[in-house]
Amino acid sequence: MTRSKKWPEMGVTIAGIKMKNAVMVASGTFGYGPEYADLVDLNKLGAIVVKGISLNPWNGNNLPRLVEVPGGLVNAIGLQNPGAEKFIKEYMPFLRKYDLPVIVNIWGRSVEEYVEVAERFDSVKGVSALELNISCPNIKHGGIAFGTDPRMAKKVISSVRKRTRLPLIPKLSPNVSNVSMFARIAEDCGADAVSLINSLPAMVINVETRKPVLANVVGGLTGPAIHPVAVKMVWETANAVKIPVIGMGGINNAREALEFIIAGATAVAVGTANFTDPLTSLHVINGIEEYLKRHALNSIKELIGTVHT
Amino acid sequence: MNMHQAEVVDHVEASGGYRILTVEVPSLAKTVKPGQFIHLRIPRMDGAVLRRPFSVYMAHGKEMAVLYKLVGRGTHSMKSIGKGEILSMIGPLGNGFPMLQSLKVPVLVAGGYGVAPLAFLASRIKKKGIVFIGGAKASDVLCVKDFKKLGWEVRIATDDGSAGEKGLVTKILDEWLSVLNPVELLEFFVCGPDGMLKAVAERAKRLDHTAWLSLDKHMGCGVGACLACVQKIKRNGVVSLLRVCREGPVFEASEIVWE
Ligand SMILES: Cc1cc2nc3c(=O)[nH]c(=O)nc-3n(C[C@H](O)[C@H](O)[C@H](O)COP(=O)(O)OP(=O)(O)OC[C@H]3O[C@@H](n4cnc5c(N)ncnc54)[C@H](O)[C@@H]3O)c2cc1C
Ligand SMILES: Cc1cc2nc3c(=O)[nH]c(=O)nc-3n(C[C@H](O)[C@H](O)[C@H](O)COP(=O)(O)O)c2cc1C
Ligand code: FES
Repeated sequence: MTRSKKWPEMGVTIAGIKMKNAVMVASGTFGYGPEYADLVDLNKLGAIVVKGISLNPWNGNNLPRLVEVPGGLVNAIGLQNPGAEKFIKEYMPFLRKYDLPVIVNIWGRSVEEYVEVAERFDSVKGVSALELNISCPNIKHGGIAFGTDPRMAKKVISSVRKRTRLPLIPKLSPNVSNVSMFARIAEDCGADAVSLINSLPAMVINVETRKPVLANVVGGLTGPAIHPVAVKMVWETANAVKIPVIGMGGINNAREALEFIIAGATAVAVGTANFTDPLTSLHVINGIEEYLKRHALNSIKELIGTVHT
Repeated sequence: MNMHQAEVVDHVEASGGYRILTVEVPSLAKTVKPGQFIHLRIPRMDGAVLRRPFSVYMAHGKEMAVLYKLVGRGTHSMKSIGKGEILSMIGPLGNGFPMLQSLKVPVLVAGGYGVAPLAFLASRIKKKGIVFIGGAKASDVLCVKDFKKLGWEVRIATDDGSAGEKGLVTKILDEWLSVLNPVELLEFFVCGPDGMLKAVAERAKRLDHTAWLSLDKHMGCGVGACLACVQKIKRNGVVSLLRVCREGPVFEASEIVWE
């Protein structure tokens, strides 16, 4: 990868991955790459985090799976995915064509499944890192249970750590009273970075029918409404660990991304906003560059964790 | 598929509760096919994060139109869109209807705003066919003039009998089918509520005709990334969840696995 010599320096390194800028697209909001490739130049992104992959194909929840609320949406997709084999065969050749770090988001219903799917990616060309989803509220077994119980978190992260050479990025659950404790568990287990936040458990009721709108009854809230919650959690986490933090939650523009960086995140991810405007991530990249110039900063690294409290 | 900046050239009421929004968007108007849709960002809708999908109702020269029903927050906000305004749309999206098979007579069945993509389809089929339009009341029956101008036969049914015959659109369809020469080769193109799609699919199966159904599912991204819009489809003996926004919205009736 050629590092740009231009000023200001936008590149960051996370878990050994050299990214040309600090802006990635979040798991589940950008598919596996081809979906948005007509609209967004993938070579311009810092990285792509693909939709969650499990060992075997998974059908996800019944419909409706998604509903809009003021300032966001509540989704219960339920992690539908084609399984590791099909993903590797059908999507990795496409992704390898780009100058784009690929972070594979993985999940399982048991520690063994997490380990097996992680192992499967170890020898796959073009995979830069694994994001370990231990925080999805949308499946009955596993998912969030791993991310809200310290012992389970420790078990799944350390088990996967032992069996993969890829950089490991546990994705932390916001549904805990002390997120920094989970970040420290991840660090102690050998994680290379942590990412947060995943969606917040939520529910929407149709008052005419008195039925939940989502078939799954409950789902996860994402979008602008969760941004300040996420900034606070990223700030706490960055203060608690030495490994890099990837911040996400409700980013729509450069200012909201910069809040995460200033709070201590080394990189950020754009999620729900991809649906509103697929070009959001590119606008965020341009906006960060403009900000660094305006503040006469040589590198985005000079900004990380500089909040005055 | 591309992002477009579309300039509004006209925005009028079609009938009570329905409006037609016409925009100038040359690249899209030129390439869009009947049955495809656009994903529109509705302006001045505070706190909204999702676009809204609309079938293309007309595309001609540089212009393209959608015909929409006022249902919720988004479509009500659309009322304020004025001439000269620039709108962001993604399109063309979805597969669209296939070409009419040779020797077949096109039979269109529409419910409510489902008539929009079918009116566009009729304008692109050289052969004249028949269209059955259903709705709750007279104001839900749209595009009748469009079809008549093209020389198509139009049959109407409404729940309250305020236009055409009283009853479901499948009732007048059945009456027509019962007096039809059985060797007539029909091809159905259908867009409307699920119940109507299912009813037409049953008839097509029974009489061994091909039927193309355009599905309406709640959408998030509109481009295949979020998996909000999936439908169980059986192809070559394998059932899989396909995306209505990407592999659809049009599916052959016999492929659809109804829940
Ligand atoms: C491929 C496709 C093509 C469409 N073409 C047209 C068209 O040509 N003309 C037209 O008027 N409408 C069309 N629709 C439906 C249209 O997208 C919805 O009516 C619109 O999104 C409702 O937005 P709203 O904010 O006004 O309603 P909301 O406030 O979001 O919801 C109002 C009501 O509509 C329901 N609803 C919301 N979105 C959808 C949806 N996508 N499908 C079904 N019900 C929904 C909600 O559950 C609720 O009951 C199409 C939908 C799809 C998927
Ligand atoms: C439709 C949808 C699907 C998602 N799927 C996943 C997933 O498969 N794995 C995961 O770790 N996070 C998933 N997420 C969570 C996002 O990656 C992100 O953490 C969250 O949306 C917060 O960011 P945002 O507010 O910018 O959307 C999903 C979010 C949405 C909206
Ligand atoms: S609407 Fe997102 S996949 Fe179809």
